[in-house]
Amino acid sequence: MEIFKTDRIYNFMGRRLPFLGLSSILFIASIVILFTKGLNFGIDFAGGTIIQVKYEKQAPISDIRTVLKTKPEYANAIISEFGSKEEVVIRLSGTSSDLSTDISDKIHNVLASTGNFEVRRVDIVGPKVGGELREKGVMALGLAIIIILIYVSFRFEWRFAIASILALIHDITIAMGALSLFSIEVNLDILAAILTLLGYSLNDTIIVFDRIREGIQTSKETLLDTIVNESVSKTLSRTTLTSLTTFFVVVTLFAFGGEIIHGFAFTLLVGIIVGTYSSIFIAASFLVQLKFSITDFRSKEAEKLKRQKEKEKIRAMYEKGTV
Amino acid sequence: MKILNYRLIIFILSIIFGVVFSIPSFMQTNSGKKISLGLDLQGGLHMLLGVQTDEAVTSKIKTIATSIKYFAEDEDLLIEDLSINGDSITFTILDKDEAPKIETMLEKIGGLEVGLDELTFNVSLTDDEIVRTKDLSVAQAVETIRNRLDQFGLAEPTVIRQGETDIVVQLPGIRSQEDEKAARELISKPANLELMAVDEERADQVYTMSDAQAASYGDIILEDVKNPNTLYLVKEIPILNGEQVIDAKVAFDQSNQPIINFTLNSSGARIFGDFTAKSIGKRLAVVLDGKVYSAPSIRERIGGGSGQISGGFTMIEAGNVAIALRSGALPASVKLLEKRSVGPSLGADSIQASMVALILGFVLVVVFMIVYYKTAGIIANIALITNIFIIVSVMAMFGATLTLPGMAGIVLTVGMAVDANVIITERIRELLRQGLSIQKAIEDGYSNAMRAILDANITTLLVAVILYAYGTGPIKGFAITISIGILASMLTAILGTHGIYEALMPKISKDKNIKKWFGVS
Repeated sequence: MEIFKTDRIYNFMGRRLPFLGLSSILFIASIVILFTKGLNFGIDFAGGTIIQVKYEKQAPISDIRTVLKTKPEYANAIISEFGSKEEVVIRLSGTSSDLSTDISDKIHNVLASTGNFEVRRVDIVGPKVGGELREKGVMALGLAIIIILIYVSFRFEWRFAIASILALIHDITIAMGALSLFSIEVNLDILAAILTLLGYSLNDTIIVFDRIREGIQTSKETLLDTIVNESVSKTLSRTTLTSLTTFFVVVTLFAFGGEIIHGFAFTLLVGIIVGTYSSIFIAASFLVQLKFSITDFRSKEAEKLKRQKEKEKIRAMYEKGTV
Repeated sequence: MKILNYRLIIFILSIIFGVVFSIPSFMQTNSGKKISLGLDLQGGLHMLLGVQTDEAVTSKIKTIATSIKYFAEDEDLLIEDLSINGDSITFTILDKDEAPKIETMLEKIGGLEVGLDELTFNVSLTDDEIVRTKDLSVAQAVETIRNRLDQFGLAEPTVIRQGETDIVVQLPGIRSQEDEKAARELISKPANLELMAVDEERADQVYTMSDAQAASYGDIILEDVKNPNTLYLVKEIPILNGEQVIDAKVAFDQSNQPIINFTLNSSGARIFGDFTAKSIGKRLAVVLDGKVYSAPSIRERIGGGSGQISGGFTMIEAGNVAIALRSGALPASVKLLEKRSVGPSLGADSIQASMVALILGFVLVVVFMIVYYKTAGIIANIALITNIFIIVSVMAMFGATLTLPGMAGIVLTVGMAVDANVIITERIRELLRQGLSIQKAIEDGYSNAMRAILDANITTLLVAVILYAYGTGPIKGFAITISIGILASMLTAILGTHGIYEALMPKISKDKNIKKWFGVS
């Protein structure tokens, strides 16, 4: 079975401007959503309290609301269904740092009149912890980008590095835009998902870039556009296949993984789609837009080779003792 | 071409390794190392506690003030106005000639900055000593909490220090709200026992006195534990503190109420004996965590260094206080910064949901690979299955904890692990189309694909390392799973499948049916 004929070369670069245009629109729209609507930070980052409660029968959400309304300390509680009709999540913005008087004990008493239930999960994150986590998350993202820049510059060339980072920023911004658009709660596992995307999207891009590098080194072709078209076309099967297998898994995770993993799976879902799109249509365009020069690259490579040969020659002479 | 090549041998060894070491985790046997389930999967309590280290500094200052007082009394030195102002102690001596003695004594304590202005001493901790005291207070808090939880009889509590002032406490398998509550109370109880002298001269003015006035006499006002309206005026500098307690047990008084008997160490016993001898007829307040439990009048010298705390404990309370006293006081109070408690049923649900996703996703990928690549797909699937076994084994060997995001990491690895084989097989197909012989196509396919796979995997690995360095709990687990997954896939998908092809080479060369082998015509 085959999806794409490998010998067919598609003219991606000829149509790169419309795709860059589409990406720009998505990117700008994401930025606008992020700045106007913002991210819905969950308690991991914003601090606060979450209580997950499972009732024996259908959860009496309106009763819970009425009961909590009467207590000033829970008046601002947000109550929502969670995964199934029996389960409810109660969110509070405040936290208590006192170890001996705990919110889960209190909520048990307060809700006693609403029916038989079991407290399944209580998460309390203080503001200090939330702030630290947010800081660390941004740090991790920044550091990851720097290390990728260094590695790709070292293995390829600086323009490849810039292009791959631009593709990364493109993918992650759009994924975050989707998080904001659908008001997905951003928690630690979402951060993990975003960092996974970082790896995944980079993976895809690098496979394509590797082909481009190979094309530059092996073929006689002097037009970058042609080499890029060839390389992207040749990796098309692989890109779609791997995305497809990963997609299968993420979709099952999204459908059957349960409510807790929902946000995580959603982020990956969006990310895989965007990542696949960008490694086919966008990443290499950046390379072309950055005016990567094949002749410069080849002469540099030739220079490198020459230097290495010379070194070997000198070494050989030295070893023979005929300096 | 020989059938047994080094790649295949390594691959077979890794299959054996993977299967053998993952048996304990899959079968949940009691022998061998298993993956331990994270609190989010098995249920339990996770807490991040912040030690209020400033309090440790204050209490150290207090202890030093006590030492100065008793040194002066022992040596018959005349000092006046001994008081604590924030983080420093001031006092005045009456005889300038006695200054050297005091200076020698303070030097012996160490870590102090001593200023002498005319007759007034000003003593405070050096900056280094403050840092050391804070550091020590966290270390001691970890030790104390660990001791208490051990004595409480919980299964496998984990108490680890995190950063400068924080402590992570994990209690797997807490089943009920009551257990959780008891554990929290036990952890948070400072158990700071102090024996303090009641200021008999001014005791009757206590109800009209402000805190500031009390402080001006070197006194503090404390409440009674049972009745907050009953107040006591006691000397701020305690006679003894909890550091001198070496044992505490629950006992019963004449009316069969639970009380706590405590035993002091030798220096504590001596100070206690001397003090009681000198103060017959006066009252001694037994203060626990800033509340007065009783204030009996001293009738005679109490030697032997034991005393009791009475004051309306329930049996459980008395037991917990005794545990807390025995395992030492918390040098500073702890605050709850983060708490995550997961009920056992939720954990079980999470495992089930992610198992369903894992198996379904896995089946989808396996079937797809066979349909698309035929034999090459089967070979890739062998690598994939081995990969999962190896991940489980390695995680078990390192005693890693499997969390929900970690589980997601495994699921994701399944999707991505076939990537290397997809790249390789696509390359082989490409070369076959160019008309190369199968044997040559396989060899070149592997070498052509290698650079791309390495570059792609190394960058992902770098990201995982950063995740590990900067992440906390669940993210760390996720990073570990992904890293192990990548390394294992290099072993299985690159080396392992290559070995299989080499072994099958005679057959492949004879057969020449590339449709059957690689799914292309």
